Amino acid sequence: MNAHGGAEGLTPVPPRQSMRRPPRQSIASWPLLDRAGYLLCWATGIALCLIAVGIVLYMLIKGISYLRPSLLLESPAPSLQQSKAGGFLDPIEGTFLLTAVAIAIAAPIGVALATWLSEYGQSSRLARAVESAVEIIAGTPSVVLAIFGLLVFSQSFLGFLSQNAADGAVTGQSFLTAGAIMALLALPLIVGAAREGLAQIPDRTREASHALGKTRATTIRHVLLPSIRPNIAEGVVLGMGRVIGDTAIVIILLGGTLKTEPENGTPILGLLRGTGSTLTNYVYYNSPAGEGNAHEKAYAAAFVLLMIVLALNFAVTRISGAGNRVDRTGGGWWRIAGAQGLILRLRPAREPGS
Amino acid sequence: MTDQVTPPPVRRIAVEREPRVAAPTASPNGTTAPQPSASARLRAERPPVGSVRERMRVESVWLAYGDNWVVRDVSLPVRQGEVLALIGASGSGKTTLLRSLNRLTEVTAGAARAGQISLDGQEIHGLEVNALRRRVSMVFQQPNPFPMSIFDNVAYALAEQSPPRGRRRRRRSAELEHAVNDALRRAGLYEEVAGDLDRSALNLSGGQQQRLCIARALAAQPEVLLLDEPCSALDPISTATIEELIVALRESVAIVIVTHNLQQAFRVADHVAFMHLGELVEYGPGEQVFDRPAQQRTREYIGGAFG
Repeated sequence: MNAHGGAEGLTPVPPRQSMRRPPRQSIASWPLLDRAGYLLCWATGIALCLIAVGIVLYMLIKGISYLRPSLLLESPAPSLQQSKAGGFLDPIEGTFLLTAVAIAIAAPIGVALATWLSEYGQSSRLARAVESAVEIIAGTPSVVLAIFGLLVFSQSFLGFLSQNAADGAVTGQSFLTAGAIMALLALPLIVGAAREGLAQIPDRTREASHALGKTRATTIRHVLLPSIRPNIAEGVVLGMGRVIGDTAIVIILLGGTLKTEPENGTPILGLLRGTGSTLTNYVYYNSPAGEGNAHEKAYAAAFVLLMIVLALNFAVTRISGAGNRVDRTGGGWWRIAGAQGLILRLRPAREPGS
Repeated sequence: MTDQVTPPPVRRIAVEREPRVAAPTASPNGTTAPQPSASARLRAERPPVGSVRERMRVESVWLAYGDNWVVRDVSLPVRQGEVLALIGASGSGKTTLLRSLNRLTEVTAGAARAGQISLDGQEIHGLEVNALRRRVSMVFQQPNPFPMSIFDNVAYALAEQSPPRGRRRRRRSAELEHAVNDALRRAGLYEEVAGDLDRSALNLSGGQQQRLCIARALAAQPEVLLLDEPCSALDPISTATIEELIVALRESVAIVIVTHNLQQAFRVADHVAFMHLGELVEYGPGEQVFDRPAQQRTREYIGGAFG
């Protein structure tokens, strides 16, 4: 090893030594139980890949073979003849409207909750209680949440939120009530992502702000929240995925009308108080298990649903990649986060490409 | 692999120090220092200061975390027109004393204080804490720019609480732009970043980041600037730049610097305070503390560190 000790001039290059790793231990030498376990891990991994590929391929073939442009552009119509029963424009609209309502409720509350937990509550008893509450909501099956929502929103004093029957009975079913319960699905994901972001900000950043004579509130508003925008966006997109994919809440709280049916009255409020459907329950109704019994349309709608969710997953990957970069002021992620940025009134630090 | 290097035996430096200190102590006028000539030259070249004026006064201050008194009965003046260096071993209470000057110790639970600290004759506990921190600002050991653009970092510090609206370039007021540029100029960073103030502050080098933090601290026109080992995370060139900056700034702002680097203290400080285990052992002009320390403990510390 001490061959390179040139007395004068350049140090001579030491002889090259191979850095090959020792050969891997053969599995054959492992105990039988370990070998069986290893093979099981291997087999499940492969099986999972096959299932994922299977879902995408099957839906792709089925979906594309049944998907017609007209399906995306026509409203569902009540008809026994499938050719006249229309497409699923309304369920697509409903999916987006319901998601927007849910996120508009969940994002501000989730970020506020995360900020309070991380910056104020910390290890207080109340904070721990809030954490448990968030976990309970995260663990509750959505059908339970839906039934609970129906119970709450069919109270007569909350009748202004939903479409009421002709005799004045409160149904508790509308985009607003379904969105409010859907927000509970998204909330834990947004809280978790925002708290993770806040935990990543070193304390010296907070200290620097306090040392400049800034209050805690100013520090949160102008330093901490802008830095965790990628995390918030990630939580929001994950939450959107949950909302878009849920069926139980739609069936129980959105009224089960395939067509979007706004309540008479003011245009936007009427729409929000109206009933409708989403892609998930359109798939359910048209599947062989449902009433519509038009499985071609169910496949086509399921394909569209899968594409939307896959696109969201892709967005999450992009966003978390951007969030892990040291520089959070650059462009990129915020294009996706832009809508949420508007809701939260957080402006990006610089414009793209400036 | 047989000829593994054995680490050198640990030296008990304290024992060896004393003879080395004895020589400079004997020097008659204190102009010759035991430091390498570069330090002495930088010290000699420091621009003279017009007037010296007392801004803060620390009187019989005791500071505690819980039941543990970490600063015991310290009295010091902090003057504009000079740099005060706090030196001492780790755990001597220097940083705690520094942080108490803008009440940043209060962030820690269980912190307690006795004695008086005044700013321009007013007891600092009588002042609103955020107003105090705008007048007595601080730069930390690790450069800690905010994850925003260079411009926004300084603009954030300029505003009393919320930065002005319309931070984007085309909507910035000329007044704001001027104030930000001025702070960057005072911190000696303007020339390097003038081309693109919208760049992220996190893309700057460590030395530039620290000067940005100084610019940020200077933006609100404070009376006192506290520096907590500002160069310990930086390379020698950045350190030299910041030392020159500190010396130049002392004309307009009172500076207190905590440092473990005695050469640095010698280069930049007009007055030096040596602390040990929470007590102020020695306070005096830099030449006196480094060349003719009055206390045995100061002699040991300085001798050991220079040896």
